[in-house]
Parts: sequence; C-alpha cells; structure tokens
Amino acid sequence: MKSYRKYLAFFRLRFSVGLQYRTAALAGIVTQFVWGSMEVLMFRAFYRSDPGSFPMTLSATCSYVWLQQAFLALFMAWMMENEIFDSIVNGNIAYELCRPVNLYSMWYARSLANRFSKAVLRCLPILVFAFFVPAPYGLMLPESPGTFLLFLFTLFAGTGVTTAFCMLVYMVSFFTISPAGIRMVAVSVVEFFAGAVIPIPFFPNGVRRVFELLPFASMQNVPLRIYSGDLTGRAMLDAAALQLFWLAALVLLGRLLNALAMKKVTVQGG
Amino acid sequence: MKLYMKYFSIHLKSIMEYKSSFILTCIGQFLVSFNVFLGIHFMFQRFSSVEGFTYAEVLLCFSVTLMEFTLAEAVARGFDGFGSIVRNGEFDRILVRPRGEILQVLGSRIEFSRIGRILQAVVMFVYGVTVSQVKWNLPKVLTVILMLAGGTAVFSGLFLIYASICFFTLEGLEFMNIFTDGAREYGKYPVCIYGKRVLQLCTFVVPYALIQYYPLLNLLDRGKPFYSLLPLAACLFPVPCLLLWKIGVRHYTSSGS
Repeated sequence: MKSYRKYLAFFRLRFSVGLQYRTAALAGIVTQFVWGSMEVLMFRAFYRSDPGSFPMTLSATCSYVWLQQAFLALFMAWMMENEIFDSIVNGNIAYELCRPVNLYSMWYARSLANRFSKAVLRCLPILVFAFFVPAPYGLMLPESPGTFLLFLFTLFAGTGVTTAFCMLVYMVSFFTISPAGIRMVAVSVVEFFAGAVIPIPFFPNGVRRVFELLPFASMQNVPLRIYSGDLTGRAMLDAAALQLFWLAALVLLGRLLNALAMKKVTVQGG
Repeated sequence: MKLYMKYFSIHLKSIMEYKSSFILTCIGQFLVSFNVFLGIHFMFQRFSSVEGFTYAEVLLCFSVTLMEFTLAEAVARGFDGFGSIVRNGEFDRILVRPRGEILQVLGSRIEFSRIGRILQAVVMFVYGVTVSQVKWNLPKVLTVILMLAGGTAVFSGLFLIYASICFFTLEGLEFMNIFTDGAREYGKYPVCIYGKRVLQLCTFVVPYALIQYYPLLNLLDRGKPFYSLLPLAACLFPVPCLLLWKIGVRHYTSSGS
C-alpha cells in the first residue's frame, strides 16, 4: 500500500498546480460555451431536415454535446503534456530516472491529475448553463440515480483509458526522438474513432459496430451515452465491461513498452 | 513587397533544410481537416440534405472556407505567436527598423506546411463543383475569386485583432480561437443552418456570411445578383482591425527583457 502513497503525492501536486490556472479556465469556459452552442445548432439543423434519420433522440444528442464540452479536459487526446515530450527530447528524463519511482506510474498519476484539475475548474459553469437551456436543446437529468452512478463510474474509467492511450504515445516517443508526427496522427485517430467529431451512433450501422469494439469507443462514448440514455440495459453493462478490459490492456501494453524503453533508453546529452 | 519576397525565400530555404519534418507537419495538417471532412461525409451517409443543401454543396462551401482560412493562416500566422514577440522584447527591435511593423511581423513566420490543407480543399472544391453541377460563367468565376480574397481579408483581420490584444494583455487570449478556429470548424456548413440569429451575427458583426453563405447561394443560382459583390464589403473588415493595431502600437510599452 505504501508505494501508492508516492503516486498519490504526485497526483495531488499536479492537481493543485492545475487549479492555479483560473484565467485560462475562464477563457476555456467561454470557448466551450460557444462551441457547444454551435454544435447543438448544427444538430438541430440536421434534425429539422430529417428527424427520421436521427439515431439518438434530439435531447440525448444535445446532452451528449454539453457533457462533451463540460468534460473536454478528461477526454481530449491533444491534451498531452508537453513537459513529458520535452524531457524525452532534451534529456531531462535523466533526472526523472534517478527517482525511486516507476516512470509509468508517475506519469500516469500526473496526467490523470492534470486532466481532473482542468475538468473540475471548467465543468460546473458549463453544466449549470446547459441545464438551463430549454429542452430539448439543454442538458437533461439522467433517467435514474443508478444510471448516474454508472455514468460517474464509466466517466472515470473512460478518463483512465484516454490517459493510458496517451501514455502509449509518450512511450513510443522514446523510440523516435521526434514525437511531433506520431502525436499528431494519434490525436487525429482518437478524435475520429472516439466520437469527438460526430457521436458514434451517427455512423452507418456496419461501421458503428466495429467502432464500438475499439479502445477509442471506451473513452468518451460510453459515459456520455449512458448519461443521455442512449445506452441502456445489457448494452450498457457490456460497454462498461469492455472499458475495463481496454483499460487493463492499454496499461499492460504501456508498462511493457516502458520496460522495453528503459532497457534501451539513450539520454540525449546537452 | 520586395522585402516580403525576401522573407518568403528565407523561410522557404529554412523549411527545405528539414524536409522530413516539413512533410510530417503537412500530413498532420491534412489529417486534422480530413477528420472534419469525414465527419461531414458520415453525416451525409445518414441525411440526404441539411436545410436544402446537399452533400456536394456543403463540400463546396467547406472547401472555400477552408481555402480562405488557410490562405490567411499561411500569410498571417506571424500574428499568432505575437504574444511572445511582445513578451520577449522582440517588438522593440522591430520598431527601430525603418520598415513597417506589420510587414516585419508577417515576415516573422510563413507557414508552408498549410499546403497539405490547401490541396485537400482544392480536391473537395473540384468534387463539389462537378457533383453539384454548377454552370460556370464569368461572373461565377469572379465570385469565387472575390470570396477567396474577401475571406483571406476577414481571417487576416481576425489574426490582426488577436495580435493587437497582446499589446494590452501580453498574451494571446484563448477565446479569440472562437473567431478563427471556430469559424473554420463551423464554416464547414453554410452559416444559415445555425439559425437566424447566428446568420445576423455573421453578417453584421464578423462578416463570415458575406464571404461564405451569400456568394455561395449565387454559385448555386439561388441568390440575388448583388450577393456576388458582398465579399467586397468584407474586404473592409481589416480596416477597423488595423485601427486597433495602431492604437495598440501607440499603447505599447516595452516589457523590458
């Protein structure tokens, strides 16, 4: 148990650092308001043109959009930590390696804390605002307390999966020196397959079935759809289980890569 | 102009020293807007039209917006990093040189990697034109040229505002992204689909509709003839932006370092 305390300390440290950036958070909130409103207006236009082709209810779609904006910091793949990339490229990684901690766990704790601190600062005003937007364009209440609890659970699991995926990108950076390219490709892939561009239910059925099995669907897709009532019953539990599977798989793969990288790491001098 | 060409060739040469990194950035640029394209593509697999616009027509709209934005970005990206130019005192050096400040800031960064995005826009444009069966004539060709010119002017104006704000705050304000990146993102659809309010806002406050929605209607034979000339009005948008910049320059006190 004792070893966990170190990582908890890293988490707390990073979390309180993140809370300091309040002006940035305010700017972020304004941006997310506008972004969310435009997204809702866009779906409204499609809904008006052809309500029959809508795969979710309009109010579920709008709730999805608002939650997506509120918890942006938890799921956006581009929110990777430049400090980590820099330390790999410029050799500061050497200091990190001197510490008696596991690199993977430390970075994981840091990234998680970074995401949570950003989300805590930003989510409430957006959620409150969205809640007062008239139905069906606003954020609705979840169906039952049970749904809400499962939403919270999958929200955390989804953040875990996203962070674990970003960890893979950090780890791959050890082998390439110039991580910019891989990073850009990874971010684009995640955005598309995770349902950040358009929600996964909007894809054609065949494509959608494949997408739902990929690790990317275990990020924002599951919690947001559970909240908005689009995933229910058996499918909901299956999706949550799949999330846990991907979380375990990605962390395992990340640790494997970590071990491999440690064996052959060459610290850039300078 | 001669000086700008000089800057241009210097940047081109420096980019060519790092060819592989340049190509990777191009691919990255391509992927980001390709995601937006895929989003549109899959939406139209489900819906046949939105507010009377078909897939090909939306692609036409998106490609023009993307070209406008990208042209402005390639030229005026120097303003994007302006916060750091002000902070580290670089602007003092710019002021003492006997050349226009704007020209020097513009020359500080020219983004060639945007070529990836332009290429994509051109491909979509060609596709959109062929499928939506636009009947070309001279006025329409002129309309497209005006749209591109007006659009580049509007987006450059926005970048200029972004930079001018740095004189007062010393750093770029994130919410300005709404007007630049946001407009690129949501300009993929004709602005009228977002409702009347947004259309009014985009006509009279920040003139996106003048460079996108109204002239587009004319290309599709749905608008009134004078719609084609609206981008000319949009070309006036940089004037107040320039004024703000002048005020900013007067207000400028060196940050020291």
